[in-house]
Amino acid sequence: MFGKLSLSAIPYHEPIVMGAVIGSILLAMVILVLITYYQKWTILWKEWLTSVDHKRIGIMYIILSLVMMLRGLADAVMMRSHQALSAGMSHGFLTPDHFSQVFSAHGTIMIIFVAMPFLVGLMNLVVPPQIGSRDVAFPYLNSVSLWLTVAGAMLVMVSLGVGEFSKAGWSGYAPLTELKYSPGTGVDYWIWAFQIAGIGSLVTSINFLVTILKMRAPGMTLMRMPIFIWTVLCTAVLMVLSFPVLTVALSMLTLDRYLGMHFFTNTLGGNMMMYVNLFWIWGHPEVYIVVLPAFGIFSEVVATFSGKPLFGYTSMVFATMAIMVLSFSVWLHHFFTMGASPNVNIFFGITTMIIAVPTGVKVFNWLFTMYRGRIRFTTPMFWTLGFIITFTIGGMAGVLLASPPADYVLHNSLFLIAHFHSMLISGALFGYFAGYSYWFPKATGFTLNEKWGKRAFWSWLIGFYLAFIPLYVLGFMGMPRRMAHYDILAWQPYLIIAAGGLAVILIGVLCQMIQLVVSIKERHIARDLTGDPWDGRTLEWAMASPPAIYNFAATPEVHGIDAFADMKEKGIAYVKPDRYQDIHMPKNTAAGFVNGVLSFIFGFAMVWYIWWLAGISALGMLVTVIIRSTDDNTDFAVPAAEVERIENLRYRELANAVAMPRLTGDQAMP
Amino acid sequence: MNKKSDLVFIGLLSLCTVFFLGGCSDILLFNPKGPIGDAERFVIIVSIALMLIVVIPVFIMVFLFPRKYRASNTKATYMPKWSHSAKIEWVIWLVPAIIITVLGILIWNTTHRLDPYKPIVTGVKPISIEAVSLDWKWLFIYPEQNIATVNQLVFPANVPLSFRITSATVMTSFFIPQLGSQIYAMAGMQTRLNLMADETGTYLGQNQQFSGRGYADMSFKATAVSREQFEAWVQKIKQSPDRLDLSRYEKLEKPSTGYSVMSFSSVKTDLFDYIISKYNEPMAMNPDITKEGFGPMQPKTGALEKS
Amino acid sequence: MTIDSSTFSVVSSGEFEHPDTIENQAFGFWLYIMSDLVLFATIFAAYAVLGHNYAGGPTGKDLFHLPYTFGETMLLLFSSATYGMSMLAMNNNRKDLVLRWLFITFLLGLGFLAMEISEFHHMILDGNGPERSGFLSAFFTLVGTHGSHVAFGLIWMAVMMGQTIAKGLSAPVQSRLIRLSIFWHFLDIVWVGVFTIVYLMGVM
Repeated sequence: MFGKLSLSAIPYHEPIVMGAVIGSILLAMVILVLITYYQKWTILWKEWLTSVDHKRIGIMYIILSLVMMLRGLADAVMMRSHQALSAGMSHGFLTPDHFSQVFSAHGTIMIIFVAMPFLVGLMNLVVPPQIGSRDVAFPYLNSVSLWLTVAGAMLVMVSLGVGEFSKAGWSGYAPLTELKYSPGTGVDYWIWAFQIAGIGSLVTSINFLVTILKMRAPGMTLMRMPIFIWTVLCTAVLMVLSFPVLTVALSMLTLDRYLGMHFFTNTLGGNMMMYVNLFWIWGHPEVYIVVLPAFGIFSEVVATFSGKPLFGYTSMVFATMAIMVLSFSVWLHHFFTMGASPNVNIFFGITTMIIAVPTGVKVFNWLFTMYRGRIRFTTPMFWTLGFIITFTIGGMAGVLLASPPADYVLHNSLFLIAHFHSMLISGALFGYFAGYSYWFPKATGFTLNEKWGKRAFWSWLIGFYLAFIPLYVLGFMGMPRRMAHYDILAWQPYLIIAAGGLAVILIGVLCQMIQLVVSIKERHIARDLTGDPWDGRTLEWAMASPPAIYNFAATPEVHGIDAFADMKEKGIAYVKPDRYQDIHMPKNTAAGFVNGVLSFIFGFAMVWYIWWLAGISALGMLVTVIIRSTDDNTDFAVPAAEVERIENLRYRELANAVAMPRLTGDQAMP
Repeated sequence: MNKKSDLVFIGLLSLCTVFFLGGCSDILLFNPKGPIGDAERFVIIVSIALMLIVVIPVFIMVFLFPRKYRASNTKATYMPKWSHSAKIEWVIWLVPAIIITVLGILIWNTTHRLDPYKPIVTGVKPISIEAVSLDWKWLFIYPEQNIATVNQLVFPANVPLSFRITSATVMTSFFIPQLGSQIYAMAGMQTRLNLMADETGTYLGQNQQFSGRGYADMSFKATAVSREQFEAWVQKIKQSPDRLDLSRYEKLEKPSTGYSVMSFSSVKTDLFDYIISKYNEPMAMNPDITKEGFGPMQPKTGALEKS
Repeated sequence: MTIDSSTFSVVSSGEFEHPDTIENQAFGFWLYIMSDLVLFATIFAAYAVLGHNYAGGPTGKDLFHLPYTFGETMLLLFSSATYGMSMLAMNNNRKDLVLRWLFITFLLGLGFLAMEISEFHHMILDGNGPERSGFLSAFFTLVGTHGSHVAFGLIWMAVMMGQTIAKGLSAPVQSRLIRLSIFWHFLDIVWVGVFTIVYLMGVM
């Protein structure tokens, strides 16, 4: 009746896990009680859960990401504190089985449920307005993607209290992930969470490709698009071409585990090397998916806060496209040590090095954007500068690893871990934090507190160095990754410092939480009255903050790069149109949310072999899709009179505000 | 940025240097004990040096530009329309491209020279060692001496070691950091590794690819001794009451955690090949692997091992 | 302040399709097809890697019957032709003919699927199921993935027949029929790849 599920799936005998479970449940209940107390259920349902508005969806993605980041950081805390202790005879406070679940969850969560939702969230918030559009191409599918991602995240969360998570690492190498060597539910949770979220990502990529290619404002040719749009475009291409490969790799592993097939098994004709290849053919583009939008954000931030257009726009576009294409040609560098012949290793080593060239070009272009500019040191600008330095160090490590002979001694060591965290944290995460600070006022109508933002930045930066420089050293000292305990006592001091670094990072996270609370409390003081708090250069700053549901009352006409800066210069930035039209917008729908819930049930049922439940939920998803497809009444119109009323309000506020408040004097200095 | 931020960065960078300098002999990769490890250290150092050509200017600019062009410094030139320079573009594309080309040549040379499959030629006859990763220990078979050990690797210094490597469980990675390259061990397949120790000593050996619960237990001591000491050690192992016949091997194959050292005074003939074949049965086809690239790795024919 | 459909009386947009929407839907669908092509290409690649891993079991020569596969192929190819007829009828606004040709297509597709399921069934009964060897895992997955796509196509086709009956050839219905057309022809092309690489080459 319930497949493999029974009460023994709950890990009663593991105090740490039970503590986390109880804590999470309590927190969830507090939130539910608060929502009830403030009577927000109706609004929650009508305006958020069923929303197809890209702005709302973007905010929900980012909330998901930040919540999951706390979970991922908790895993990091456990790993660092355990390893700081588990030297020599001491084996720390986690069993090897628990430790391996922790590092597997950490990687899976950070990449799939923190980085991806964060970047997709920012894409959602920013892309349509930046191209002068009212929404994405497929608003309903946008909602579907969001809730599939949430479903995947919930599967990972549930695995904490019901069963176990994968013990085979976020990359899930066969044959360790085969049934023979991982007989529990862990790998199945990992598979379904990954798979379901992956479908969401694929749908998102199609959505944004069509949006960018088909829905730009008149006059916005490809070479007049903001650089952020270029990076999102290339990211979407990477997603649409790479995620199917992941789907296949995971599906084949699923078939091995569920139907006894032999894709990657040790015996009867399986080929474990094929798993490694398939996984990384997705895996490498994935890391560029995660970092390219961040590069786009840095480009926007640097240009805005240097008061100059981005240096070398054309070469930035070509560099981005080069990175996109090349990222499909480097995957083997993840397994130089799997025994391929020298010529094969050399080929991939060289392609990997080549990809460093356009990346380096981008860094120089950012630096030359600052050159002879007027730089304002806002929080986003801090994140950018911290990124450039740290990413360069990590990039050096990367080019080093690209050399097969160097990789032969550094592969799977903590040097590798330090390298990719340098790229992911300073590259992707700092980029998202910069985007978060930069576009927060646009989404909410008030700016974030600068003081706490800067404190957060310094804590993250210093904490990062303390946490990861020791790891570079440990790699050279021979320490492998994923070690539950070790005998070389010389390694321990470095691990202790690394744990200290993580503590400093946590202070940074605390500062960010305080920043949010303080900013919300002070939101009336920090109101963004004009919609353009930074003297921005791109079209999203032409909208009100927060924007009307339709973004622009009249679709803007674009005459060059940095369309809004152009308009401001010509004095046509805030011209009232003669007449307003009815504006058609998509209606909210429960279909996306329902689909997400059903996919969660499906994943859970598959994990526990509850076949009837899996069948019903799958059928339910099909029925939901069919019902939605028969609905022809999916639009509504905002009448012209209402548009006029909203716009008049906006113009009144604009007139009252001090013209384009800039950060001056003491606000500009750190 | 201001002086306070600069100080923080200098502080952090000094920290990095201190980390590297502290405990020099613990930094195994900079203290190789064999020609392979030596060559690999060379690659690392040269690569870093070449990259600094690009990296140092970046660091200079990232400190200089924000400082000089901060908004409050109204004396600095402000060129709000300047966003293109062909000269700069040439430099930032070309210089890294040249460095990458040089690195590419370095890679070409060294990857061929340091191919794990390439025997080390010194005029001394190599010693053959067969390594099998189990859950969660390493089995070392010395076919020429007809002995075997678990988690204990002893060999003469200055003699090439010719490893054949496989796994009787999941994918693992055989690694002795101070001697050089690691390589994966996979069931049903054979990989090869050639290493040599220049001097006597005891070195760290481990599994570098996560393989489950007992992964962290898979470290072993790799000890290089003199010729005479090696022969003496072989004789000592031959006194061991334990023999690695098929039934003993099957017991050994069972998962066990915790570090343990074992010795076997004799080994079933062709045990290594037997272990590989177990994962390929039944075999209707015998894929020939003389071509380069991927494919289940079977014992290579002599034609490929040129001296 | 929030604006959504509850704030105003809904302007009946039943027939409202922004002129760009249909084009965007078709373009988006093509992108999906591209991703599906990558999916199939990956499974083909896996088949190439595992294609000779018989593990002592049967090979393609032992298992495949070309005349049977030819029969399946004919059913599928003709179903593409009949779908084409349906599209021609749609362009001529002939709802009755659209339904007739859709129904014939459906039957042909169903026939294809029935033959394929029967082939699988017999192989499994003989002990040559996908768990027998790497080769068979790859075979069943490649052919089976194509077959599941056909099955989804048939469900979609049934839904479209329902929608055509209920709403006639409205703009949204036509847009969906166009997308189904792309899907159906795409599956045909993939099948050409399948019977060439799997069946023809497997028997040689």
